[in-house]
Amino acid sequence: MHALEKILAKKAGRDSVHVGEIVNCTVDVAGINDLYLQTVRSFREIGGKRVASPEKVVMFMDHYAPASTITQADNQKQFRAFFREQNADLIMDVNEGVCHQVLADKCFSKPGQLIVITDSHTTTHGAFGAFGTGVGATDMATILATGKLWLRVPEIIRTTITGKPARGVYAKDVALHIIGKLRADHAVYKGVEFAGDTVSGWSVSERMALCNMTTEIGAKCSYIQPDAVTEAFLREKGITDYDIVSTDADYRYAEDLHFDVSALTPQLAAPSSVDNGAPIKEYLGQRIDQAYVGSCTGGRLEDIAAAAAVVKGRSIAKTVRFLVVPASRQTLLDAMDRGYIQTLVTAGATLVSPSCAACLGTHQGLLAPGEVCISATNRNFPGRMGSTEAKIFLASPATVAASALEGAIADPTAYL
Amino acid sequence: MFDKPLRGRVFLFGKNIDTDQIYPGRFVELTDVPDVAKHAMEGADPTFASSCKPGDFIVADSNFGCGSSREHAAITLKAVAVGAVVAPSFGRIFYRNGINLGLPLLVCPDLHTKVQTGDTIAIDVKSGEITDAAGKVIARAEVVTEYMMHILENGGIKPLLQKQLQ
Repeated sequence: MHALEKILAKKAGRDSVHVGEIVNCTVDVAGINDLYLQTVRSFREIGGKRVASPEKVVMFMDHYAPASTITQADNQKQFRAFFREQNADLIMDVNEGVCHQVLADKCFSKPGQLIVITDSHTTTHGAFGAFGTGVGATDMATILATGKLWLRVPEIIRTTITGKPARGVYAKDVALHIIGKLRADHAVYKGVEFAGDTVSGWSVSERMALCNMTTEIGAKCSYIQPDAVTEAFLREKGITDYDIVSTDADYRYAEDLHFDVSALTPQLAAPSSVDNGAPIKEYLGQRIDQAYVGSCTGGRLEDIAAAAAVVKGRSIAKTVRFLVVPASRQTLLDAMDRGYIQTLVTAGATLVSPSCAACLGTHQGLLAPGEVCISATNRNFPGRMGSTEAKIFLASPATVAASALEGAIADPTAYL
Repeated sequence: MFDKPLRGRVFLFGKNIDTDQIYPGRFVELTDVPDVAKHAMEGADPTFASSCKPGDFIVADSNFGCGSSREHAAITLKAVAVGAVVAPSFGRIFYRNGINLGLPLLVCPDLHTKVQTGDTIAIDVKSGEITDAAGKVIARAEVVTEYMMHILENGGIKPLLQKQLQ
């Protein structure tokens, strides 16, 4: 069995599971986002009275943090009331940040866990050797009522990445390159495992960015076998109660892919599809109106550090808004501690409170028709960050920061 | 529930129609179904919500519903009474959401190459057989698995859970 299958088998109370089978699994961490009041409605509609395991349910006020319309405020108010009614304490309110980073910061993300959140980028937790997957509101209502969810055991694709990335090339560049080669539907319903010396050389932060982006090839979950880097991260956080499983030698992968990234240059995804990958050199000089560093993909401490290193002692172009959105409260605290926020704001950045913000076009930095944005986020679909007439390029935080300086798409290498 | 083939008009869409196009993010704060219905497919075709009639079909190229987990994408199509969606593949969360709401989602490799917007077709949800207005078979969708069909025949997962929780 694959490690991911072993996790599902354990959560289903079974010795083994096989590909294609539907299994009913007990969920370890169930996360709800403030976008989906439908979760509470579906819970009532199915006749739910009490949440089965309130200690496993985490509420994230992250997509509307803080609320910018009365409707958003009212949805959040109803969520808070629901949690009070259910004696559920785990509310991560508008001061905490984006769900996936908050789970990592607060020691929920660890090997062997089954993590289900009403957010498509729950694949992120594969970086810890967990089975993380996103669902909709009614599936989440099922978990609230029963503690369990049916899951189809997925085929797994192994993606081996080798080679030392060049300066200015990050996990985000590698992810955009791979997505461009595989296309947006390559891994629909499947799991994606990452292996190889490039991956083992990456920090947990870079691994989270890589696993996060598997959603953009349709993946159900991702996986990186926990190693010394993972264990050092867990040890530093004082986490000891975890269960590392590993894949059997005779496991047959649905596909075995290999990417050598030693010659890779900084990459982007051009509008308006994440699989529209290209080296940034094809778009150098493309005018931009907004540059955005943030989200569960590109708003971690290392991302903010890279952006700060690029803009240190310089000023952004007068024609650009440069939004910096730390992924979580902890990220913001650490970034302040290290002086990154001071550097970024001095250079002209606009600091936005930790949240999903404009990544999904709900608030805090939307795009007008005809505008162009370069963003460290995960999606460039039409209308994703505001007007359907706006265009979004996706890139690494370093490339975004370099572009903010020049007012046009720029190579970060010169600034690092 | 699906003993007879469904009949309706086709609305044809391309590849990778994501949930932001099916239901733009800025409207996710709306929670009442009549409000959600107004924005169906707005990011891909702003005229869809007003021109779609109950029972009409969405036929698309691969990866329909990729992107976010928002159940609104399935709710809005259900709210304007789309009869079924047929595509070579679906975004996995959208697929779960659609089936959970009792919206037939059929996997068919080539229907999008054989029809145009405005064509009338008939879809036998149980057998997967798809016929044109003259009754000629033009495509075959994969047979929906027993587990999913059970959910669809019960009008979605909510009635099933209601029984289970009683």
